[in-house]
Amino acid sequence: MLEPKSFSGGLHPPDLKATADKTIVNLPIPAKVILHVSQHIGAPAKPTQKITDKVVCGQCIAEPGGFVSAPVHATISGTVIGAGNFMHPFGVPSPAIVIERSPDVPEPTYTTEDGLSLPAEEIKKRIQQSGVVGLGGATFPTHVKLSPPETKHIDTIILNGVECEPALTADHRLMLEEPDRIINGLKLIMKVLNSEKGIIGIEMNKPDAIALFNEKFKNEKNLSVQPLEVKYPQGGEKQLIYACLGREIPSGKLPMDVGVVVQNVASAAAISDAVNLQKPLMERVVTLAGNCAAKPGNYRVRIGTPVGDFIEMAGGLKADIPLKKVIMGGPMMGFALFDLNVPIIKGTSGVLCWDETQAKVPVQTACLRCGSCIRACPMGLLPQQMKQLVDHKKWEKVDQIGMLDCIECGCCAYACPAGLPLVQTFKLGKKNVMAERKKSAASKG
Amino acid sequence: MNAISTATTSSVPRLLVTTSPHIQSGLSASRVMWDVNLAMLPALVMAIHNFGLRAALVIGLSVAGAVAAEFLIQKFLLQKPSTLSDGSAVVTGILLAFCVPAALPLWVAFVGGFVAIALGKQAYGGLGQNIFNPAHVARAVLLASWPVYMTTWLKPGQGYGIADAVTTATPLGLLKETARDAQLMGKITAEGGNLISYVMEKLQITFSDLFLGINFSGSLGETSKLALIIGGIYLLIRGHISWHGPVAMTATVFAGAFIVGGSFNYALFHLLTGGLIIGALFMITDMVTSPMTNKGHLLFGFGCGAITLLIRLKGGYPEGVCYSILIMNAFVPLIDKFMIPKRFGTSSQETVS
Repeated sequence: MLEPKSFSGGLHPPDLKATADKTIVNLPIPAKVILHVSQHIGAPAKPTQKITDKVVCGQCIAEPGGFVSAPVHATISGTVIGAGNFMHPFGVPSPAIVIERSPDVPEPTYTTEDGLSLPAEEIKKRIQQSGVVGLGGATFPTHVKLSPPETKHIDTIILNGVECEPALTADHRLMLEEPDRIINGLKLIMKVLNSEKGIIGIEMNKPDAIALFNEKFKNEKNLSVQPLEVKYPQGGEKQLIYACLGREIPSGKLPMDVGVVVQNVASAAAISDAVNLQKPLMERVVTLAGNCAAKPGNYRVRIGTPVGDFIEMAGGLKADIPLKKVIMGGPMMGFALFDLNVPIIKGTSGVLCWDETQAKVPVQTACLRCGSCIRACPMGLLPQQMKQLVDHKKWEKVDQIGMLDCIECGCCAYACPAGLPLVQTFKLGKKNVMAERKKSAASKG
Repeated sequence: MNAISTATTSSVPRLLVTTSPHIQSGLSASRVMWDVNLAMLPALVMAIHNFGLRAALVIGLSVAGAVAAEFLIQKFLLQKPSTLSDGSAVVTGILLAFCVPAALPLWVAFVGGFVAIALGKQAYGGLGQNIFNPAHVARAVLLASWPVYMTTWLKPGQGYGIADAVTTATPLGLLKETARDAQLMGKITAEGGNLISYVMEKLQITFSDLFLGINFSGSLGETSKLALIIGGIYLLIRGHISWHGPVAMTATVFAGAFIVGGSFNYALFHLLTGGLIIGALFMITDMVTSPMTNKGHLLFGFGCGAITLLIRLKGGYPEGVCYSILIMNAFVPLIDKFMIPKRFGTSSQETVS
């Protein structure tokens, strides 16, 4: 086996992966789904349905709103009972289509064909039509990543099987239980981009997955597994590429600029379905965990299922432990929910139901200038200085020292002994810096 | 940012909403400070072993002065909530007491502790804001104000009484005195001896005494290198300090002394005497007044070591750790400006065009 590789900076938050041995359970079809037209990075999709319309499972209900956009499909068959603004998990009202299920409509069936024999253009078209986006959480439309300018050759595809966020195990289970879909997806991506090499990067805390893919790749010349040091954020795109290939994406550039495209393993599996079955992205595996969850585990659920219904179907909450915080995603980068009526979206990798003890908020004290944040930053930034500059609204200076390079992984705030809101400040600060850039560009132009 | 809001929904009332990350390392300023206090325990035990009840009283009064200043200034002058429980005033009080002789009058120890916090820390805005190491600021003030008290060294192993106590020279003090005396130096060389063996013979000490901290005099906490190193290793394991500063400072002094003195014994003598080890492990590793990156710590440690040696060899004082650190403290902002990590994605390398 290859030596594990890594990047510099980062840290070791507690693993919390108590559901790693829980087999994926398929949840029943929900009675209602809320499908937001904005479940991906880029332009929102344009809804094509109105209230009282009948839709069938798999039908496209919102067309892409541009090239960097993705369609949204009905994930159950039934009647449109709502169209308009509904609460998005991000905490803002956002356009969505609500479908109530008609249980008598049978589930669609799909016929398999060999996607690898199709021409590259057809593969890409099917991926685009299926609404596949990055399922690791970033939700970037997949077909865009598969359409680099002709001048840029992508020599290597990296599948992200790192799952470095604590508590999440959905990707781990998918790799163990459905490796063939993932490998097929990888091959399809390689075919589209005419790439020579495919790598699956997996952290050393998943030796079973590493062993399984090593076995599967025995006769594959171009495919390999890259074991990676257990360190957060090993699954960050830039960190992953650096660890696997030693290539450093220049500041402000993309993976394709160093000849690489990264896809999450779950995205690869979805690509396989999209091409071989022409089945749109309608469901995903979500890890349910936390002290309040009665049956923590990994569940395959329809996208659009309200979080509250998802929790109920997956065993509900413990009656005796009061729920304090619900996080969609992982503890390091996920977002806390206001409300359990928001739906599972394409990028939902986990739902964490935390009690009072898990939801502890650190007390803020004075900065000790200890440098923990600097050592923790995987991007080589100066979080302590950046916070001071943002607090004093020195947008130009903070731009100069590279705040826009911040990947918002949260290492700085995790490490800070003074409990300071570092990454939290930068999320806001980055928006201001981008606005300032636009302003100064406009005044010059 | 990090604002906590609660929402009421039909299913679950009052969910806590914060921005990510939702977990934290659990490290806090007070845990760091109390760990430092714990790390100083072995040296404290050795101070009491050497200088008895007097040591305990000097340390106690110094801490009392520091704590009193922290409490009074925060409560009456700033009218802010007290941060006494974070343990940082206690750290400063103990560190100051570690840098003064056992014979120091107790009221001077109290004044010292008070000055350390009032002038060295709160005057700058409290924890995290001060430029200079508070304990060393106070030591400098005491040395300038009561030079005789600050250079009266009791022989270890005596009782509490001061009037009839026997005083002695510190190893570095005797080294300086001897090296200055041209006539004596001539005699030593003529007899085929060397400076170090002369000093050690006169004080009747060995290198192992210097390491263990017995049979010779010095500031309260600096004598036992073994005790200090045990504390330093604890801090290293707990992740509160890095090796960079301490190694750079001690290596600089050792290498510099070796080059100047030309012998291993001479270099070892400089390494094991005075406040070098306590300075390297507990003073220059103070988070607030040292650089923020490991690279910065290397440079900072080198500077402290070089200035220490310069003062020891060419200055008026036998020991230079305190002033070297104060001088280098002033350079920390400059070091922090230039010794920064390389930003990811700024290496010049070819990209696919």
